[in-house]
Amino acid sequence: MIVEFLAAGLALGTPILLAALGELLVERSGVLDIGLEGTMLVGAFAAAVAAQQAGTPLPGVLAAAAAGVAVAVLFGTAAVLLGADQIIVGTAINLLALGGTGALYREVYGETGTSLVLPTLPRIELPVLSKLPVVGPVLFSQHALVYLALLLVPVMAFFLARTGLGLRVRALGDHPRAAESLGLPVRRDRMIVLAVAGALAGLAGAALSLASAGSFVEGVTAGRGFVALAVVVFGRWSPWGVLAGSLLFGVASALQFQFQATAIRLPYQLFLMLPYVLTLLALLLPRGLARAPLALGASYERD
Amino acid sequence: MNRLSALVLRLLPAALAVAVALGLAAIVAAVGGHAPGRAVGALVSGSLGSAENVADVLVRATPLVLTGAAVMLAFRSGIFNIGAEGQFLAGALAAGVVGTKTGPFPGQALVALLSGVLAGAAWASLPALLRIRRGVSEVITTILLNFVALYLVSFAVNGPLQEQSRTYPQSDALASTADLWRLAPSIDDRLHVGVLLALLVAIAAGALLSRTSLGLRLRSAGLNADAARLAGFPVVRDLALAFALSGAIAGLGGAVELCGVTHRLYEKLSPGYGYTAIAVALLGGLRVPGMVAGALFFAALGAGASSMERTVGVSAVLAVAVQGATLLAVAVLGTPAVARRLERAGLRRPAATGETS
Repeated sequence: MIVEFLAAGLALGTPILLAALGELLVERSGVLDIGLEGTMLVGAFAAAVAAQQAGTPLPGVLAAAAAGVAVAVLFGTAAVLLGADQIIVGTAINLLALGGTGALYREVYGETGTSLVLPTLPRIELPVLSKLPVVGPVLFSQHALVYLALLLVPVMAFFLARTGLGLRVRALGDHPRAAESLGLPVRRDRMIVLAVAGALAGLAGAALSLASAGSFVEGVTAGRGFVALAVVVFGRWSPWGVLAGSLLFGVASALQFQFQATAIRLPYQLFLMLPYVLTLLALLLPRGLARAPLALGASYERD
Repeated sequence: MNRLSALVLRLLPAALAVAVALGLAAIVAAVGGHAPGRAVGALVSGSLGSAENVADVLVRATPLVLTGAAVMLAFRSGIFNIGAEGQFLAGALAAGVVGTKTGPFPGQALVALLSGVLAGAAWASLPALLRIRRGVSEVITTILLNFVALYLVSFAVNGPLQEQSRTYPQSDALASTADLWRLAPSIDDRLHVGVLLALLVAIAAGALLSRTSLGLRLRSAGLNADAARLAGFPVVRDLALAFALSGAIAGLGGAVELCGVTHRLYEKLSPGYGYTAIAVALLGGLRVPGMVAGALFFAALGAGASSMERTVGVSAVLAVAVQGATLLAVAVLGTPAVARRLERAGLRRPAATGETS
């Protein structure tokens, strides 16, 4: 029972983890993309349309990644290349995505209310590990995006801390002018980072519509993109911290479903509130922002 | 620069917003196999079609004027308050408590509005504290508090504030003394005194910014906090005040919506007024007349979209996409790269004057 519960937490935390890892990378490069929610939403919509057309989930996953890249490039064109305010552009992307996917969903699938049944991502049993007693069948029998998200945590930690390219990303975020004086094309590099993060946000959307929810409805992300933003701060811009924050969210959501399913009358809203409140509390602690990239959110203009 | 190009410049964002609205409606209608022309027609006639629509638009514009004023005041003071949504909900929640758990007594509406003001100010105080004491940007914290407020309202209407009959997740109707006065019950029953109150508050906020010494200090802090500090302005105190004022205005918006329009508290009380407010304030160039015009535009768009949904079947949520596209266009038009192009085309004064965001 406790293992099943953890497995549910892992599955529910996966969309958050994927989106937050991408946002982590973007923020380490000095860009604050609060359009994450909208990017995820467009990814979830693209995944739903493509998977439903094809009848299999894989095209949905690819379409989601591509759609995520497209939204991120739109954000980047305005906020990085043209230097428009990142917060304003991010807010615009969120509104555009919510309204756009909502209206298009209605046009493509007709009246809301008829719920969409999508081909879902198959569970993959990992050899050996899934044969472990008790833990194996539950924790190591998840869909591919769960494994991808988990694998990305050490990969990204290694990338940022130990590789030259990782150092380059961090330089963009901490001191873009110094990076530029060393000959790095700051805006181009930030665009590349944004595109990678866009793909991850798109995949997060796919994980939502092709697995967690198994469907698409208007505003299906329901604030998860904002949870991912919170998780990046909560995890102090470290991939392991982001993993912890995402799992915390996943477990809190699993708890909420558990309580709704059983007769225990606990207000589930308090669980939904948890990731936001915990992040605020983490920020209240001294040095809560110790690791924030120094140039976060400032648009970069050459002299 | 001649007068004509100045006028074109002034009207450029507005013209763009209208073009975007009509264009998106046509595209989405075409995707779904509806006649694009009918969708556009319904959008226009639903917003401007008849006199009774005007009252509807005024009532719809009221929460946008108040949240828009909150965003305007914050942005011009150098505060990225993305939390008008949460402050609006906090205000509505406080007014809901007063309106359903006390009274009826004369003046209850006033007490409800005041408690909304206080709750909104309180809701904005935590981001203020975090920014002042811990240097945490208010962008993330105000967004986080939006969700906390949303779930708090959800908790309230499923728990302590739920209606006596426990049927729906909503509060009981407010006591009659908590309802706002109707302006002209014989003409239109929806017009409440909050419509005028919103306009007065917006004008007062604008006057505060441009005609008082506090406003000068706030704007200076917004343009260059270091310079304001060097000038000896009490920047920290002013910053806290600006957060509180912005939150108070948004909180008033929530209380006015509750006491003037919905009369009950429920989860979906705000369809995202606090986010639309950002588009409203920026479309209006962070000035009162433009902001009020922006609120009227998005209110008319909302009314038109509802009518389009009823008659043509294109979803009204399209209005949200228009808000996003407009906001994106305004943000891009204001960038140095684009401004230079406009200058060359003679559409913009060389070297931007006045404050941008």
